[in-house]
Amino acid sequence: MAETLLFNALREAIDEEMGRDDTVFVLGEDVGVYGGSYKVTKDLYNKYGELRVLDTPIAENSFTGMAVGAAMTGLRPIIEGMNMGFLLLAFNQIANNAGMLRYTSGGNFKIPMVIRGPGGVGRQLGAEHSQRLEAYFQAVPGLKIVACSTPYNAKGLLKAAIRDDNPVLFFEHVLLYNLKEDLPNHEYVVPLDKAEIVRSGKDVTILTYSRMRHHVMQAVKGLEKKGLDPEVIDLISLKPLDFDTIGQSIKKTHRVIIVEECMKTGGIGAEIIASINDRYFDELDAPVVRLSSQDIPTPYNGKLETLTIVQPKQIEAAVENMVALKV
Amino acid sequence: MVQERTLPQFQAPPAQISPEEGLVLYEDMILGRFFEDKCAEMYYRGKMFGFVHLYNGQEAVSSGVIKSLRSDDYVCSTYRDHVHALSAGVPAKNVMAELFGKETGCSKGRGGSMHLFSSEHNLLGGFAFIGEGIPVALGAAFQSRYRRDALGDASADQVTACFFGDGTSNNGQFFECLNMAALWKLPILFVVENNKWAIGMAHERATSQPEIYKKASVFGMPGIEVDGMDVMAVRAVAQEAVARARAGEGPTLIEALTYRFRGHSLADPDELRSKAEKEAWLARDPIKRFEAYLVEHNLAEEGTLKEVRDRIQTRIDDALTFAEDSPEPSPDDLYKYIFAED
Repeated sequence: MAETLLFNALREAIDEEMGRDDTVFVLGEDVGVYGGSYKVTKDLYNKYGELRVLDTPIAENSFTGMAVGAAMTGLRPIIEGMNMGFLLLAFNQIANNAGMLRYTSGGNFKIPMVIRGPGGVGRQLGAEHSQRLEAYFQAVPGLKIVACSTPYNAKGLLKAAIRDDNPVLFFEHVLLYNLKEDLPNHEYVVPLDKAEIVRSGKDVTILTYSRMRHHVMQAVKGLEKKGLDPEVIDLISLKPLDFDTIGQSIKKTHRVIIVEECMKTGGIGAEIIASINDRYFDELDAPVVRLSSQDIPTPYNGKLETLTIVQPKQIEAAVENMVALKV
Repeated sequence: MVQERTLPQFQAPPAQISPEEGLVLYEDMILGRFFEDKCAEMYYRGKMFGFVHLYNGQEAVSSGVIKSLRSDDYVCSTYRDHVHALSAGVPAKNVMAELFGKETGCSKGRGGSMHLFSSEHNLLGGFAFIGEGIPVALGAAFQSRYRRDALGDASADQVTACFFGDGTSNNGQFFECLNMAALWKLPILFVVENNKWAIGMAHERATSQPEIYKKASVFGMPGIEVDGMDVMAVRAVAQEAVARARAGEGPTLIEALTYRFRGHSLADPDELRSKAEKEAWLARDPIKRFEAYLVEHNLAEEGTLKEVRDRIQTRIDDALTFAEDSPEPSPDDLYKYIFAED
């Protein structure tokens, strides 16, 4: 076991996969000589050379389309979005070509590519650098969307994403890069489509992902002291959602709270609620509650920023309120 | 009418092409022309739907460039893609079946007129939005260089030909990709088919520098202007650019001055282009011109050319029958092809 920081876990995943398959390459802004703005590709340029760790000009839509063309012709590109928000500039290539081209081509081409990088609300980075694009992309057919949350799952999931034959949007969180965890010395891969049961419980199902997993676990400490027993599920895959795991939990607890960092309107939680209504309405003892970010551009001011995203105390209160509901 | 740009003169030495090569070009141009005429007929008879953009008038560009490529090279097109697909070797019956939305279409009826694909023929698409095919073509060209220089595969010398129009040359993806192609010396031909009009927007009204080929110079890339109504001229320019790309010497921007003989799409009333302009360009019909060239240089006799036309007409008729008789995709397969495992 080796204690590993999350950004290094990602780096190990890329290094191992590049060593395993020489069609895997990295491209993006400052991924090479500079080593990546969060050091996820540090020193890989020296190890693999300038074509396999390709520093691109600042041209998000075009280098994303270039990765699509490389993937169509047999390579396995990993795009680093220096900040996932920058990928708004690449929306056309991600949606029309990465997402839909396999279908519109009638299966002529497959597009094995990973688009990874930091998203989420950081520390006073301002509105444009604090975006959560996962909800924007969830309606695009053909994309898989994954969010990692620990060094262990970051490494295993990224390896799986690189090996997947489909375009995978891989969300990291800007405030989780320095999380530490002992990782196994042996190689491992974590499946992309399986949610992770972080804590087993019986009173209520909490569905969450990315950094909010850690806010939820902070809340759980308080809830345990009050004698409550919540089940916590890290969704991991935001598309497709793992309804086997979600459904089994609902059948046990009959109550669901969603804790997410994306905006409330049109968010991941909104889609989950609609799907739970479709599939498990009869299992519910209470309406599903969602705790989401406020529907505003993330303000720069620290106090306002804190008010914008869900805090552990709010999660605690929501669980207590739901469990207190008599059915 | 804006003052017509003077077309560059091209003097072809007679020995540059063999009779066989001449007939390959002629057959390809006839195939493109007859195919598109049949599409117009089928569209107006209600057999074909959606937006259909025909290539009539521009055949010298597709044939001149694509017939200068090897079969393992790559072709990337736009929404006006039928004839590029045919030149790249996609059988007419599979293109026609695609336009009929049939399972036997080259995109299994899922793509339609603007989304023609064939992995077998290295046709990367069929890109319906302006400019979005250029980065994809760049990716194919990068892939060739990657295999050659990162993986040490000396046989990886494939070239990519990327087609687009004058309107696209004002889009950011054009400039971004010219920059990257020159920066990394990628084996790619950027072929601008300047047909003077982006639907109703005259080229001169949309750009501060109408001579698109000159835009290559700021990237340190050769930029070449060519008469796009002269297949011999296009072919000569393309062969040189292909040789340069294959030798690892990087990209070329080719601006072919051409004209579409029909509206932007079959839904376009085509009211803005003047009668005088249309007539002036119709008089430069690339097929008639090449017929005259072949006969004049004793490369083919009129009888041989008629045989070609008859053979292609039969092929088009067969393609139509094939398309009409082919099955539609099964409703059970509605979700097929979303993911690689499907």
